Amino acid sequence: MTFTTTPASVVIEVPAAPTVSYWAGVWHRLRRDPAALICAAILLALIFSATFAPWLGFADPYTGSMINRLKPIGTEGHILGTDELGRDMLSRLIYGGRLTLFLGITPVVTAFVIGTTLGLIAGYVGGWINALIMRVTDVFFAFPSVLLAIAISGALGAGIVNSLVSLTIVFIPPITRVAESVTASVRKLDYVDAARASGAGNFTIVRVQVLGNVLGPIFVYATSLTSVCMIISAGLSFLGLGVKPPEPEWGLMLNTLRTAIYINPWVAALPGMMIFITSLCLNLLSDGLRSAMNVRQ
Amino acid sequence: MSASNTLSIAPSLADVGGPAQPLITARDLTCHFPVRSGTFAPKKVVRAVDGIDFTIRKGETLGVVGESGCGKSTTARLLIGLVPVTGGKIIYDGQELGADLSLRNLRRGVQMVFQDSFASLNPRLTIEETIAFGPKVNGVPQAEALAIARDLLDRIGLDPARFAGRYPHELSGGQRQRVNIGRALAMRPRLLILDEAVSALDKSVEAQVLNLLDDLRRDFDLTYMFISHDLNVVRFISDRLMVMYLGEIVEVGPAEALYHKQAHPYTAALFAAMPSMDPDARTQVPPLAGDPPNPIDPPSGCRFHTRCPQASAVCGMTRPKVTTLGPGHQVACHLHDPNSGHPEATT
Repeated sequence: MTFTTTPASVVIEVPAAPTVSYWAGVWHRLRRDPAALICAAILLALIFSATFAPWLGFADPYTGSMINRLKPIGTEGHILGTDELGRDMLSRLIYGGRLTLFLGITPVVTAFVIGTTLGLIAGYVGGWINALIMRVTDVFFAFPSVLLAIAISGALGAGIVNSLVSLTIVFIPPITRVAESVTASVRKLDYVDAARASGAGNFTIVRVQVLGNVLGPIFVYATSLTSVCMIISAGLSFLGLGVKPPEPEWGLMLNTLRTAIYINPWVAALPGMMIFITSLCLNLLSDGLRSAMNVRQ
Repeated sequence: MSASNTLSIAPSLADVGGPAQPLITARDLTCHFPVRSGTFAPKKVVRAVDGIDFTIRKGETLGVVGESGCGKSTTARLLIGLVPVTGGKIIYDGQELGADLSLRNLRRGVQMVFQDSFASLNPRLTIEETIAFGPKVNGVPQAEALAIARDLLDRIGLDPARFAGRYPHELSGGQRQRVNIGRALAMRPRLLILDEAVSALDKSVEAQVLNLLDDLRRDFDLTYMFISHDLNVVRFISDRLMVMYLGEIVEVGPAEALYHKQAHPYTAALFAAMPSMDPDARTQVPPLAGDPPNPIDPPSGCRFHTRCPQASAVCGMTRPKVTTLGPGHQVACHLHDPNSGHPEATT
């Protein structure tokens, strides 16, 4: 019996493992998370229908009919029924998504940019600048976020722009705090020291070495804030501080329909359902993103 | 290839003082960290490094040993400007830092490899980008910096075609530490500080990396400052040895001489604690008991007197003078100073 052996001089070629870029890896992991995928699909459908509402052939959300008031779900011509002025609920919910999503996402995006900048500065520079920024954010933490939003909106007066401003102010402190803590922990790592040792300036270090490692966690946190923001903005509209009638907006619709809760509870609950579904999807998606973005070590 | 090789080997700072001038001279180098125990408590300082003098000669490997917390890493970080100097001078090739030499230029001559191979690599950058970062921030164009990185990957034993685009989590510990060495070399330093650079690797990988360091020293004409707690490794790589205790240097000498005869009781205790390969030579009694004293409030006189088996009354009162025992062998101990008043002092 003979054995064929590999001579020691032969170099065995090991095929190179394909390198996966970071975002390709995130997508690969997210694809195996059905809950996050379903939520992403629902959110995309909502955003799509809200964006293209005028071209999708729905009924006019402003035209009512006094004889068709508060029709139940399943009425012919009005699949989701009508509201207290006889306007088509489906159309109003879809059109309402435009304002509601806009009011939910814009303040968070603005607060994300401002809060991340402040948090990066506080966490990276440290010292008295950190103390100044973080103590000021602590002042905002002293108030419950809903109360703060109501107070600022009340002071500025009702209206969409003012509620955007007040919601942005409400969300800057929590994002700043998360950004500061993530930055402070990254700053202590040896690769930042190594970058300093190679003579890089602080701006370059933050841009190349720090930013990529802190944006992920802050982004995920901001995604989860979007649902909170939607609820608070709905609350502001509910209290009459945000959107004014007859604009369709989920919070405002919930407010005006609440008097009809004994007559037609299912229709009255629909705007609330939309807020609930959207928030839930945003939360589950941000949860999925969080685990997908965890680099294995 | 040969053109780029000559380009990449040349150190970024040219030699100034000739081979006889030490590459690094530290004079009374001090680093104190302020600590606050409470708002109204008196301010205290951790005396991490407390007035040390030493030199690193061109082309040699200086081993630095001592317990954790003795100031080894702080000394390294002082030399590269990562912690602020409280007092004293750092002189690089005859040029004093802060007077004749900027910190930015010092960092072109001195680089460091950190212990934790994972924490010292940015997880979001490919290893090629990590190595090219240093040259890039020093004005080398992107394409050339990447060429330098690929050339270095080849020299540290990682095939650029396979590894250049990889991320740190796709590498083994030994490979990551090679990348860290490559990143430091991309700055073309003349002194490379290795702060426990091989301590976290397993023995076979450690040996490969040590051999690589030996090759690189010849190729790049490097000087090493090798910090480690593993005396066997230090013996393998070092020409001279520096022993630190609680922020001070207690003994400096040629590595081989120190291995055979330790002058300072602390050095002797360190060597006695070395695990032996010979079962008959195993030590049963720990050579030193307890932990080092608190560097916030170090003992008076000789800092080692609280744990020294040969301490006498004088040790607690006066700081020992530095005595020269042989060529390049110095010790700070009353036992070796005939005029110290220690009853067991050599005469």
